[in-house]
Order: sequence, then C-alpha cells, then structure tokens
Amino acid sequence: MPNPKVPGLIKGLGVTMKTMLRTLTKGSHTVQYPKVKEAPTPRARGVIALHEENCTSCMLCVRECPDWCIYIEGHKYLAPPRRPGGKPRKKNALDRFDIDYALCMYCGICVEVCPFEALFWTPEFEYSEPKIADLLHDKNLLGQWMETVPEFTDYEAGSEAKKLEVPR
Amino acid sequence: MTATTDAQQLAYIAGQAADARVNVELETEGMTLNIGPQHPATHGTLRIIVRLDGERVIAAEPVMGYMHRGYEKLVEVRTYPQVTTLVNRIDWLGSFANEVPFILAAERLMEVEAPPRAQWIRTALFELSRIANVVLFLGDMGVQLGAITPVFFAFRDREFVLNQIEAVTGGRFHPNFDRIGGLKDDLPKGWIVETLGVLDRIRTFCDEMEDLVAGNEIFQARTRGIGVIPADVGLSYGMSGANIRASGVDWDLRRDSEMGLVHRELDWKVWTHPDGDSFARYWVRLQEVREACTIVEQCLEGIPSGPVMAKVPRIIKVPAGEAYVETENPLGVMGYYIVSKGELVPYRVKIRSASFNNVSITPWLLEGVYVPDVISILASLYFILGDIDR
Amino acid sequence: MSTLTLAAELAYWQQTSIRAVVGLVAVLLPAGTLVYLFLFKMMSFMQSRLGPMEAGPYGSLQLLAEVGKFLQKEDIVPAKADRVVFKAAPFVVLVSTFLLVLVIPGGPDLVFIDVDTGIFLALAVSSISVIGILMAGWASASKYSLLGALRATGQLIAYELPLVLAVMGVVIQAGTLNMQGIVMAQAQGEIFGFGGIGSPFIITQFLGFAIFLVAVQAELTQPPFDMPVAESELVTGYLTEYSGMRFLMFFIGEFATAGIFSALAATLFLGGWYVPGLDPTDNLFNVIGPMVLMGKVILVAFLIFWFRFTYPRFREDQLQTLAWKVLIPLSLVNIVVTGVLKVVF
Repeated sequence: MPNPKVPGLIKGLGVTMKTMLRTLTKGSHTVQYPKVKEAPTPRARGVIALHEENCTSCMLCVRECPDWCIYIEGHKYLAPPRRPGGKPRKKNALDRFDIDYALCMYCGICVEVCPFEALFWTPEFEYSEPKIADLLHDKNLLGQWMETVPEFTDYEAGSEAKKLEVPR
Repeated sequence: MTATTDAQQLAYIAGQAADARVNVELETEGMTLNIGPQHPATHGTLRIIVRLDGERVIAAEPVMGYMHRGYEKLVEVRTYPQVTTLVNRIDWLGSFANEVPFILAAERLMEVEAPPRAQWIRTALFELSRIANVVLFLGDMGVQLGAITPVFFAFRDREFVLNQIEAVTGGRFHPNFDRIGGLKDDLPKGWIVETLGVLDRIRTFCDEMEDLVAGNEIFQARTRGIGVIPADVGLSYGMSGANIRASGVDWDLRRDSEMGLVHRELDWKVWTHPDGDSFARYWVRLQEVREACTIVEQCLEGIPSGPVMAKVPRIIKVPAGEAYVETENPLGVMGYYIVSKGELVPYRVKIRSASFNNVSITPWLLEGVYVPDVISILASLYFILGDIDR
Repeated sequence: MSTLTLAAELAYWQQTSIRAVVGLVAVLLPAGTLVYLFLFKMMSFMQSRLGPMEAGPYGSLQLLAEVGKFLQKEDIVPAKADRVVFKAAPFVVLVSTFLLVLVIPGGPDLVFIDVDTGIFLALAVSSISVIGILMAGWASASKYSLLGALRATGQLIAYELPLVLAVMGVVIQAGTLNMQGIVMAQAQGEIFGFGGIGSPFIITQFLGFAIFLVAVQAELTQPPFDMPVAESELVTGYLTEYSGMRFLMFFIGEFATAGIFSALAATLFLGGWYVPGLDPTDNLFNVIGPMVLMGKVILVAFLIFWFRFTYPRFREDQLQTLAWKVLIPLSLVNIVVTGVLKVVF
C-alpha cells in the first residue's frame, strides 16, 4: 500500500517549524553587524590602494575608467644619474592622484590595465562618509590603503596562472 | 480570454497611456487602475494600466521605459572592457550571464577562441548566475502571493552562491570577469570544494521550496490554470526561456545551438511542462535550478588544466564586421548584435533582452483575469526591469 | 469585579479607575506581547534571522520605539478624503476590541461583566469592526483602499457565520452562554468518567476548534486570508492612506483583537483560567488565573501566527468558497453531532 501523502499544507508548516528550531538552537544565519563582522573574501573589491613608487603617471587608468573618476597630475623632474658621469634621468613625480569613490563603479579596469602594478584591490569596505566630498580619496589615503591589501591567493590545481607579489 | 474587438476601448486606453496621467474618477462601467510604477509587486518600475470591471480586467497595457538607461547609446563611446562592465547591470540578478553573449560576439568578430579551461569556468559561472537568479524567483513568487517566509530562505541561500562568485571575481553582483579571449583571472585555491558544498545547500533549498511553496495547496489553487499561454501564442510574441518551456516547447539554446560554452559536452536535461500556466512556469524553474546544480558539478569536476586567457593584444580593436550571438540566459534568450568598424569602440550594439518580449504578452494574457491573478501571472513571468528597459 | 472582596473598601471613583487601568492593560498587554513574541521574534526565527535586538534586551522594547516613531510622524489626511469619517474609522475598530474584553473572565471573580449571554455579546460586538474597515476604505478616496475595503467587508461578513456556528457546539456541550459557566463546565466536567483534568472542550470539539481558528484568522485579515491587506497588490488595502498614529491604532487594534480572540478560544476550548487538578472555586485562581489565561493565549496565538507566516494568500473567490461551501456545512455537521451526543450521553 503506498504511503499516504502528507498534504502540502502540513509539510509547509514542518519547514517553518524546522527553521525556527534550527535558529533557536544553532543560531541564525545573520550576524549582528557591527558587533560581529564577517570578513569578505581576499579578492573582494572593497577599495583601491595605490603603491606610489610604482606609478609613472602613464594615465592609462584615467583613460580606461568608464566613469572617468581618477584624477592624476604629475610633473617631470630630473633624477641624478645612475652612474657618475651619466645622463640625468627624466622621471615622473605624482602631484595628485585622486579616486572619486562617489563615481567609482568598482569594475577594476584601472587595476587591470596598470602596466606597472601600482594599483591593488583590498577588501576594506567601511569607509563611508557623511559628506560626499570626503569620498574623494587623495594620494595619502590611497597609500594608507596599501596596508590592508591581502596577499594574492594561490590558484587551483591545473591552473597555469602565476601568482603575483604585492609590493610592500 | 476573448480578444477585445472594441476599438474605442483600445483607443481610450492608448490615449490614457500616452497622457501618462492617473485617472481617479470612479466610473461604474470600468475603473482604470494603475499598477505601478511604484508598486511592491512589479519588479521595479513597470507600469501596467488596467481597466477593471469590478475585480475582472477588461484590458491591460504595460508602459515600459521608466528605467531606460540608454545602454545602446552608452556603449557607442566605450571600449570593449568598459562595455563589459556596463552590461553586468542589465539583468542585475544573474549578472555574469549578461557578459557572456557580448564577449562571445566580440570573440567571433576577432576570430579568437578562449582556451578550454576558460570555457569550462565560464560555463560554471554562467550556471551559478542562473542559480542565483532563479533562486530569488522561487522565493519571490511566494511573496507576491502572500507567503512571506520563502523569500528569506531564498536570500539566505543565495548569499552562499554570491559568496562563491565573489571569491572568484571580486564582485558579488557585478562580476566583470569575462574578457575577450578568456577570463580575467583563474580560480582561487579551495574554490571548487567550497562550491560543491554550496550546491548541496541549493539542492536542500529546492526541496524546501517544493514543500513550502510548490506543494502548498493554496499556492496551487492560486496558480494552476491561471495565465495559460499556448505554445504558438507564446512563440509568436517572442517569449523564451522557462516561460516557453512551461508551455511545452522543447527549446533550449544551451543544447540546441553552438553557443560557445561547453553545455553540449555535459549530461543534463531540458525540463518542459505541458500546461503553460503559472504553476508550470514555477515548476520548470525549480527543476532548472536543480539541473543547473548538476551542470556546475560536472563543470567543476571536469575542468581541464591550462591557461585562462588566449593571446590577445593589450589594446583591443575588434575588426570590422557584424556578429550576433544569443545565449540561454536565466530570464530567457539574450542576444547582442555588434556592428564594428574596426575601432576601439563598437559602432552599434543592439541588445535583445528576454524580459522585453516576455512582458509584451501581457495585453493578450491579462484579459479577463482577476486582479489577484494579475499579480500571480506577472510574478510567474519573471521579468527584471533592467532587462526590459536597458 | 463586584464580587471581589478587598481588604479595604474603595470609593467608587477608585474602583472605576482601577477597572479602567485593568481594562487598558488587558487589551494592550496581550497586543504588545503578541507583537513582540510572534511578529518580531517568531517570524524572525522562522526566517533564519534574529529580529530586533537593539532596543532593550533582545529587542523587547522595540514596540515602544515603534510607538515613538509613529507618534512623531506627520498627520496626513488625503485631500479628497472625507475628513470626519477618515479620522473616526480607527476608533470604531478599536471600540469593538475594547468591548470584546468585557466578558472574558480572568479568574472566578475577575470579569468586567458577568452576563448570562457572555459569548453572544462577544460575537455580536466583534462585528462592529467591519463598519470601521469600510469607513476607512471609503473615506480614503483612493481606488486601492476602496478595493481593499470591499474585499474586507465581504470576507468578514462571510466568516462571521463559521465563527458563530463553531461556538454553538461549545455552548451546546456546556449548556450555557455564560463565560464563567463555560469555564466551570470544562473544569468540572469529565471525559468518559475520568475527571482528573476536567474536560477541555478541545478534545470533544476539535472540529469546532479548527473551524474557530480558521474563522479567527479570517476575521483578523491575516494570511492566508489577507486579501484586503494584500501587500503585494494593494499596498495595504484599506490602510494605504493611514500613517502615523492612526496607522498605529489600526495596527495595535489588529494585534489586540488577535490576543482577545485567542483569549476567547482559550476560554471556550482550552479551559480559560483553569488549571486541572486544583479546586476551581479556590481564591488562588484570582491571582494566577490571568497568568494561566495569558499562557493559553500565547499557545493559541502561536498557532494563528504559525499559519500566518507559512501560507500564501487565498484569492477572494476561493476565500468565499471556503467559507460558504466548506466551513459552514462542516460546522453545521459539528452542531448536529454535538447535539445528538449531548442528548444520548
């Protein structure tokens, strides 16, 4: 004799009761932010950090940004030659490197196209401000974000990608 | 459901839609009600003008365009990587799936093929975004019909899928991960094992939804026999995806066409349902989530080793030509028609979005139904406003 | 409280003020408890989350915070609305709630009026809320509100009948309409000769209890019968244009009515303030009676809210079909069977 089918109404009650008991005994799926904080994954796109020594003001990130939210100003200066008696080297110095996070789409194109590895993603996300103007992060703040950049993760087996190093 | 032959009535409705004014007078021969654009039931800013006789709909007309963002104009001045970022936001729930047809069309123009590992990972992420999208639908249809609990379960279990997408791409909602010639980066260590665990959660969620919603007699009384779309009418309106498969049409681009992903090498099933009513659409999507879990599992267990990016130049200039690629996205069939003149930016991109055609059936479908059934039907058609209006 | 003997003789005005305070507490305390326990906490636990946790320990003062929030909102009356009717509607709904609490006994001597037609009075005044809802929907001058109010009127009138008929079985078995008499009948009754736990009517009137619960759910316009307030269609139906304090009155009224109907169900089917094993005329019950009743209210309300959070809603015509074609015949069968068994045994 086939099993009598439990009507769906009763099964539905069973699902909610089971969930309630699970929440009461094992805790809920939510966390009480800000008392408890969940850490996002290392690759999470929280904020962009700038490693100033690597930046040569090539303006690639400014051009490729879909929102045009990066502002760079720099000047050229002559650095002393590597060997005595050589030519003085022309180098770029950054005057201003601002990213406007009120416009930023968090797409990551700037980090990707930078040829000199000067921009890095960090999972830091708690930088909201009461005033929109404070969302324009300048060079110093972007340099401070470098402390929160995690190391690149290892890749899965079978991958041929090479793990990069974060310059500190 | 008889066709309204009263031309005067249709003209009246059209006139009101053109006016875009809300009509508040109470006339006894029919009340004009605005459902939307600000309404809890429509998934965004869709406005449907219905003419009611008591609680029965005489005529209905959807007014779209409240969320038009001008995608096809925006992409005319943006390079291909920038366009990839933007198109994430068309169907924002299953966002990786939006990038895929665009990238495939551009790859076809450049005559570049992504390496096998990239194709397999693309398929896995494509199906993961389908899971994320349809899991929300399963809960959301419950809440449209009054059951407030399933949608919380949907959001809870969707978080796990989004965490997995974030672990690979860095973005939960807008991955921006597909590139012409492959993917941006490879999988982090431990991702495959974690994702297989998440798939088990999703399967448990599907069982819960079956008990809580699909098996519920009240839900079945609200959805069986409501909003029946015959297969020929659905096809003539251009419906696609689970909507048309619920009317019995056995058509799935993943199996029937060479999309560029690896679905044809895997072992999975296309689900159809003969009824064509709201319950059939819910049931087909429920089975599709389970099937997507199977596909992801097979993808992850069979990923070949190798590079994830083919050799493409740094600055991408797509050669002149035209290409059209359509894929079986979570909402239906989505296609991109790219016209390129050999520059950094595309000359013209036409986006064929699934929800636009799915919603176009509402004037035919909503005649003669009750007002609560309007909500049930709209919920079962499952459109996303970003997809309708682009 | 005319038969309650106190140590000191109180003046009339003191007695009246005590009664007024107790009346307010009797209405608002169940409402607040139900809102907190079930709406905030139980619903959250069923949805894998914790609910309000910030206001007070474990969020217990959230309702106070909500009251404060509603009090400071702007008093909006729609321009085309009928002002007098619009403003009077919440009070009409609240009046029916307060009148209901008059006849529910909290102990052998703790009842506001001990009339011989107690349950009849309760069922009669519970219909007043229908007028309040219709006033709210009509006076709002909005199509959504009107649709909601008309649906509500049809639904509430339809479900009055199963409510009354389910109670008839209890009345036949108890032999009296008096609420205290019904409690006594359960306290002193016997089940097939076994008098240990009395005879709570839920055992013999299980069908009546089920019908009563379904009808109460519909009377409160809770899911699965919440077509009038169908949030995803009508944006809260007849309540759409109400905001601030007026909305709070409807809200508290809904939960107070839920509490009081649960108290009615507890009194009629579960034995009210009586705990089996003790002497029902003991003065102890004047102290612990209300607490026992509150415990049973929470039990019944748990069932009502469990159904609320689990099921989708019925369509209006399915709702009416359920009432007229299913519940009323079932309750008539229940009455016939009860009558026959009462005469035979």
